[in-house]
Amino acid sequence: MTADPTSGAHVYATAVHKRFADGTVAVDNLDVEVSPGQFVALVGPSGCGKSTFLRLVAGLTGISAGTLTVDGMPPHEARASQRRLAYVLQDPTLLRWRRVRDNVALPLELRHMPRNDIQVRVNDALELVGLQDVGDMFPRQLSGGMRMRVSIARALVAEPSLLLLDEPFAALDEITRQRLNDELLELWRQRRFTCLFVTHSVQEATYLSQRVLVMGPRPTRVTAEHGVAFDEPRSATLRTDLAFVRLVAGVSRDLSQAMEERPAE
Amino acid sequence: MTRNRLTRGAGIVAPPMLFSVLVVLAWHGVVTLFDIRPYLLPGPMDVLHAVSVHLPTLIGAAALTAQAALAGFLLSFFVGFLVAVLFSQSRLAERSLYPYAIFLQTVPIVAIAPLIVLWIGHGLAGVVAVSFIISLFPIIANTTAGLTSVDTELLDLFALNEASRWQVLIKLRVPHAVPAMLTGARISCGLSVIGAIVGEFFAGYGTQDFGLGYLIILTNAQTKTPYLFASVLFSTGLGLIFFSAVAALSSKTLDRWGGRDVN
Ligand SMILES: Nc1ncnc2c1ncn2[C@@H]1O[C@H](COP(=O)(O)OP(=O)(O)O)[C@@H](O)[C@H]1O
Ligand SMILES: [Mg+2]
Repeated sequence: MTADPTSGAHVYATAVHKRFADGTVAVDNLDVEVSPGQFVALVGPSGCGKSTFLRLVAGLTGISAGTLTVDGMPPHEARASQRRLAYVLQDPTLLRWRRVRDNVALPLELRHMPRNDIQVRVNDALELVGLQDVGDMFPRQLSGGMRMRVSIARALVAEPSLLLLDEPFAALDEITRQRLNDELLELWRQRRFTCLFVTHSVQEATYLSQRVLVMGPRPTRVTAEHGVAFDEPRSATLRTDLAFVRLVAGVSRDLSQAMEERPAE
Repeated sequence: MTRNRLTRGAGIVAPPMLFSVLVVLAWHGVVTLFDIRPYLLPGPMDVLHAVSVHLPTLIGAAALTAQAALAGFLLSFFVGFLVAVLFSQSRLAERSLYPYAIFLQTVPIVAIAPLIVLWIGHGLAGVVAVSFIISLFPIIANTTAGLTSVDTELLDLFALNEASRWQVLIKLRVPHAVPAMLTGARISCGLSVIGAIVGEFFAGYGTQDFGLGYLIILTNAQTKTPYLFASVLFSTGLGLIFFSAVAALSSKTLDRWGGRDVN
């Protein structure tokens, strides 16, 4: 599989505004730039507009004002081009009537890849997340953690240049969550896709990312930013490192400040 | 596991069996105790006698009715599926046509059956048409619900991969709708038997052949009540066989589809 270090997408947002049909303004005056291959975590009060921002970047819903590009193109165009985009949600959203391998194959199938190529890519993707032995099972036969791995394999099978993750591990137990954190980091290290990771956990955000963006209440924008510069590759011992704990405390402080701010409406 | 299933199966089957034995005994008791005339209420023995005497005729009639019901059911499944696909693809079509689909559900079939037979003609076609019309709505309603109740997250996943409308239909909506379609089929198959029998009240298959519906009308007119009871008994049995067959088929399909909903 490609390990091109420059394969990540460039995300650029200035003065992005999103107003839904019912009048709800979810995003206002948001500026974010993510360099190719960067891992950026987003934290913010629930309901502030994090998911909306990811959906905007994915082109699943359109912006109301401002500029938002992925590799210089509007998101829906970037999505259609070879620069692929993948999305992982808290719910693994697997098709329950498809076996694991056919679930992973779906994105390639939809993009009309030849069968033989699909088979090779699916096997690689399953191996990547350590699921080569359960390819023929149905989703309901798997644990929550394994289902999430299938979801990640499905996201990575098309070799995306941009991976969006919306609270992907929030429903998992702590051990599984930490293991998946390490697996995701390892995959990112190998593939260097650009990564936008939304989470409730400041710890998780700090552990995974190179930058943590703190988002304000709705309508949301970036209210604080922390650079995260720890030695790579990171490992579990980092979680007890004093510098790490300090940084987590700093982000948490900014987050609670953001939560207290009354939105200007 | 198998043993468990067996005992549970026995637990499900035994109570209604016991109940039916009690009912037959009570029936026999009432008929003999009050010395009721067989043409008013035949006893179980009279009915059994009628069955044994007319067995070939009853079986022949049941076979013809089964044939018409099966044709009506398959036709409604096929047409109902196509209509549901149309509804799922066009809100306009759904909004303008759904009220008429509901009309199928509410119209008293006995009232319009003669009309249908008049238009379609006597014989198999008329009977199948009545069976088809009465069993169509559950297929349309359930399949439409299945096709349109897809999670938005899954629709997003397909959009993200630039799926065409056709791909969304074939790879997402239709497979998602399988359990709902099967629910519709289970309701419909019983109705299709009723429809065929009602159709046969008004349409025959020619001078030689007749189904259970015709037999019911005929034996009623001739006050051959034990024979009438036997015909009704066969009609009920036919409905049961239809339902059990479709239920078994649907349960097999669901297992292959990826398992039943847990909730
Ligand atoms: N399609 C929509 N129409 C109207 N309002 C919406 C829609 N989607 C989300 N919202 C609203 O936008 C706000 C932000 O939602 P969301 O982005 O899901 O927040 P977060 O992911 O940060 O918890 C919420 O108030 C939510 O109710
Ligand atoms: Mg959210």
